[in-house]
Amino acid sequence: MKIVTGNDLKTGAVTWWTGVDWSLYVDDAVDVAEQGEAIAAREEAARRVNAPYVIEADKTADGVRPAHIKDRIRALGPTVRMDLTLKPADPESRDWVI
Amino acid sequence: MYQYDKYDQAMVDARVAEYRDQVRRRLEGKLTEDQFKPLRLQNGLYLQLHAYMLRVAVPYGTLNARQMHKLADIADKYDRGYGHFTTRQNIQYNWIKLEETPDLLAELASVEMHAIQTSGNCIRNISSDHYAGAAADELVDPRPYAELLRQWSSFHPEFLHLPRKFKIAVIASETDRAAMRLHDIGIRIVRNDAGEVGAAFYVGGGMGRTPMIAPCIREFVPLDQLVTYSEACLRVYNRHGRRDNKYKARIKILVHELGAEEYARQVEEEFAHLLTQGIEPPLAELERIGAYFADPPFETGASDTLDLSDPDFALWVERNCHAHKQPGYISATISLKPVGGIPGDASAEQMHLMAQIAELYSFDEMRVTHAQNIVLPHIRKADLYAVWQQLDEAGLGTANLDGIGDIIACPGLDYCSLANARSIPVAQKISERFAANGKGDTLGELKLKISGCINACGHHHAGHIGILGVDRKGTENYQLLLGGSEAADTSLGKITGPGFDEDGIVNAVETAADVYLRERQEGERFLDTYRRIGMEPFKEALYG
Ligand code: SF4
Repeated sequence: MKIVTGNDLKTGAVTWWTGVDWSLYVDDAVDVAEQGEAIAAREEAARRVNAPYVIEADKTADGVRPAHIKDRIRALGPTVRMDLTLKPADPESRDWVI
Repeated sequence: MYQYDKYDQAMVDARVAEYRDQVRRRLEGKLTEDQFKPLRLQNGLYLQLHAYMLRVAVPYGTLNARQMHKLADIADKYDRGYGHFTTRQNIQYNWIKLEETPDLLAELASVEMHAIQTSGNCIRNISSDHYAGAAADELVDPRPYAELLRQWSSFHPEFLHLPRKFKIAVIASETDRAAMRLHDIGIRIVRNDAGEVGAAFYVGGGMGRTPMIAPCIREFVPLDQLVTYSEACLRVYNRHGRRDNKYKARIKILVHELGAEEYARQVEEEFAHLLTQGIEPPLAELERIGAYFADPPFETGASDTLDLSDPDFALWVERNCHAHKQPGYISATISLKPVGGIPGDASAEQMHLMAQIAELYSFDEMRVTHAQNIVLPHIRKADLYAVWQQLDEAGLGTANLDGIGDIIACPGLDYCSLANARSIPVAQKISERFAANGKGDTLGELKLKISGCINACGHHHAGHIGILGVDRKGTENYQLLLGGSEAADTSLGKITGPGFDEDGIVNAVETAADVYLRERQEGERFLDTYRRIGMEPFKEALYG
């Protein structure tokens, strides 16, 4: 699947396109097929996101998993500060990244 | 240390006001990101993996307690309770919100700090020896010269759009503690045969994709021509440096392609012209600046002995302390590299504590080192045990300076959008491995440096052992380098061979260390043994 990600303009937080809005959680990301660039351009122009881009991801039983490690780290948070990630209590989330 | 005069303060305050307006216009949609990006970068604000990242300048690494307390407060108020000290003697915050940055910068300005020229193709924060003004082996304090150059290079209209970023280091001792020859311009303050103090200029060094050691292009520039000569160096670069190819745009490429002699000739020509223009500030200005760096009121006759009966303290003194020019005093380095920790990170609490200790015991001064540690430059030996106890209690008493646990690591793929691989977990695993197997204590000086990509912020080319993270078909891979140094015997590391995965690189470092332990002769450091026996025995052990 193809998904769109970027950073919130005001806060810089990593966000994912849900089809209607932006979410902090990668699992909310939807397949945008070939619409990614158009969505990115439209949302950036509306100042709802900064520096958006389209990436490849897999829809797995556990949710949406970006293809590249960089985006998995963006999705979770730094692997060296699990206390600051979106899933601080989940000991397996680090494995999900790597 | 230097204190802003009304001009410095007015300039920084004006910049905050200007930036506040730029942020407002960006958030209101009056500026696009393309228009805004160069403006935020001029104020040190990047967009990184998880959020905006702000890089704050710490001129030549010198800080007072008030400033460190403010950095801690900023970590708490605007970030997530910590900061990352960098190899440019700066501090970075990783979780900054754009909408809050004008207030943050205003708070910084209230303690004479800013983030100006910490990004972009301009002259960046000027670095120096972290023991400046304290070291027993220095000729003079190099910081007045660094400060003069800071003032010259700040907002210099001609050099705000150079072909590429530009880094200057100033030192004043034979021992190079600032990687001087790996800078665009490295300046060593020297004394000539006539006994006059001046500056030797090394131009065209750097790390990154194409590492180069700067050649000396002039052995002696009189102090009353320091700015003029620097201006000539920059002008030749600004005129001829390549703007068509980002990877060939640094001055090292220009000096290399022209040849040091031809570059120096062109600089001399420009220098002769500039001398007629009278751009040099009067020497009185240097003297005015120098007065801020006068020695603190050291106690004369302070006891020069230390009670080393506590073995942990004795080890810390042996490893982390440095001889001071004043009898009865010593410089102490606070390691920000606890076993398994994140190199260079400090919590707000730790920053507050370091500030308190500096205020009480070190004449209100600290230094950020390029190795991502903090120096307390002027501790009375009589106070050293009390200082160490307080540090140790807060997890800041690790005795590992310049050893294998004192690893330089850039933020890597955990934070940096340019990264190919994570640096920090590798550093953590190596420091844990060598602490657990006890070998760390037997290795002596072994400088290990890790970068998460070819940009080399982690100085991997200059590590006795260097590690470079690369992307191999979407997975992290690590190249091993041996034989680099950023000290007075500057050299560039060589790649051993094929790379390793994350666990493999930790094993490879241990293998290289084992070769050293097996082969070393009396008094040899890892680097000395490597230089004597060469790469082959290491290759054999790693790949054989
Ligand atoms: S070396 Fe590369 S990965 Fe590391 S901080 Fe610099 S740009 Fe980022």
